[in-house]
Amino acid sequence: MKNCEYQQIDPRTLPTPTPTPHHGPVGDRPEEPKGKPRRKWHVFPGKNRFYCDGRIMVARQSGVLPLTLGLILITSGLFFIFDCPFLVKHLTSCIPVIGGFLFVFVVITLLQTSFTDPGILPRATPDEAADIEKQIDNTGNTSYRPPPRTKEVVINQQVVKLKYCFTCKMFRPPRTSHCSLCDNCVERFDHHCPWVGNCVGKRNYRFFYTFIVSLSFHTAFIFGCVTTHLSLRAQGGKGLVFALQESPGRYPLVMNPLTAVELVICFFSVWSILGLSGFHTYLVASNLTTNEDIKGSWSGKSGEDVTNPYSQRNIFVNCCSVLCGPMPPSLIDRRGFLPADESVQTAGADIELPDLANKSEINMCTQGTKGLLETATLPPLLSTSCPQGKPPTDPTVNFDPSPEISTSCSGARHVHHSRGRASTPRHTKTRSKKNKRAALQIANPSFDVPVSPSSPDAGPSSKARGHKGDSFSHLQ
Amino acid sequence: MATEFHNLQELRHSASLANKVFIQRDYSEGTTCRFQTKFPSELESRIERKLFEDTVKTLNNYYTEAEKIGGQSYLEGCLACSTAYLIFLCMETRYEKVLKKISKYIQEQNEKIFAPRGLLITDPIERGMRVIEISIYEDRGSSGSSSGSSSVSGSTAR
Repeated sequence: MKNCEYQQIDPRTLPTPTPTPHHGPVGDRPEEPKGKPRRKWHVFPGKNRFYCDGRIMVARQSGVLPLTLGLILITSGLFFIFDCPFLVKHLTSCIPVIGGFLFVFVVITLLQTSFTDPGILPRATPDEAADIEKQIDNTGNTSYRPPPRTKEVVINQQVVKLKYCFTCKMFRPPRTSHCSLCDNCVERFDHHCPWVGNCVGKRNYRFFYTFIVSLSFHTAFIFGCVTTHLSLRAQGGKGLVFALQESPGRYPLVMNPLTAVELVICFFSVWSILGLSGFHTYLVASNLTTNEDIKGSWSGKSGEDVTNPYSQRNIFVNCCSVLCGPMPPSLIDRRGFLPADESVQTAGADIELPDLANKSEINMCTQGTKGLLETATLPPLLSTSCPQGKPPTDPTVNFDPSPEISTSCSGARHVHHSRGRASTPRHTKTRSKKNKRAALQIANPSFDVPVSPSSPDAGPSSKARGHKGDSFSHLQ
Repeated sequence: MATEFHNLQELRHSASLANKVFIQRDYSEGTTCRFQTKFPSELESRIERKLFEDTVKTLNNYYTEAEKIGGQSYLEGCLACSTAYLIFLCMETRYEKVLKKISKYIQEQNEKIFAPRGLLITDPIERGMRVIEISIYEDRGSSGSSSGSSSVSGSTAR
């Protein structure tokens, strides 16, 4: 006869966890009067902020997104208020139409870049992590540092190394990188852009590219209009006699200092943003990411014959596959509901909690994450990825320095991050927006793209690249 | 060894989870979504190799279809670009349509093939497209524990 109702092969693999009382004041879902089921974004382990009940997500530090928006709005506002009336009168009424269209396009693509999930990979469930650990041949002795975990795959006759991510507990797919500012693995990671306040990755790269291209058109257009406006005024306009003769020595700029402000902003923006657009056009045409370009993954500088295995060897096909490819779905189910019978999860996707020990780790992680989300005291460049994101009971992870870097689109601001070592992150803040943009201009494009000449910018760009080389040498 | 389940509901109510097997991604063709078709040893006693491989191959074909870059995807991309990508807010993309087909297919396979053998496939989208998770169940009512322990001990490091 049967001895027991059910078989327990391994108590840790029971599908229904034993009901426990509160395991944590913050991380636990309070058993509210039924009816307030929580969505998965509440327990999302990365450093992101969510609005509109999970519909909109941004990085935890919004960076200078308000500044970007402010600059665009102010410059365009000044253009419409001061330049358009004059130019409509003297040139054509198409000007505000074109300007308006470009402005709307720029703002929409900027907001989409900032608010879209860049391609975040959800963290591995505890079962998956355990399975991978078994495969890596962990002897179970956690008192010393394990060897670095990498896996090699061959893609298009090219050997690619996949690294193990200690935070997300999985082998990162090719072209995926872990952003330490957002504490997420992002697919096809390009860079973390402080100007848009979000990472740029697989899902929002096309928005980002459209944003910078349309912004370069927009700034060039405004610059052209302002210059035309001022030159028309200086010449006296069409039949208008100005007061230049009446007040010698006075310049038209003094008549309208705001126009001067516009001019200055546009002048610096045009060069830097045009440069950035050119650089990204090169990247798109050769199917590279900023991350790969900076690290020189496929440039063959080590002397080996390495080529980019993802490139289709045809500029047009590369452009189409990067910009017009199918739009992949978001892998983090932000607005899904947490299953009712479970306690807090890190991945937010699984319902299995095999181990009480794991449960407490996860709760601490969520507590820690929530704590981080709530305190805005961490300086952005000193922020480490959630230390409780790794199980605190696993000392191997604490001892293993796994430097993770996030590249920002300024190119000159790096977060050199390593766990277990108390190293201060190095970063460089350049003084002007122009230098920041110029730092990304390529020295020698191998494709025939209209890039602004590198000679005037060889100074800052080579300095910046040299500096980049320094920071990244630790990874090689 | 006979762990016979008649339907998915019975599986969920009367069986206890014994083990999970994870089918990892196959990156040999780049970053497109493909899963390895290698037959895991834990399933040897549970399901025929051919059935398993057919399921994984069909899933791979679905994903290839979703990520195919061709005329339709170009059209979708250009149209989206011209509307400042606002069209993504209203329209369901081709990828999402194929994902729905995949969910239906997995549901079908679970009902017809996997549940009767005490297995359950989890849709990869719920695992971030990293793995295909196959849960192995043991019948609560069965008294034999040999197959259960063998499937647990079978998952040794490779």
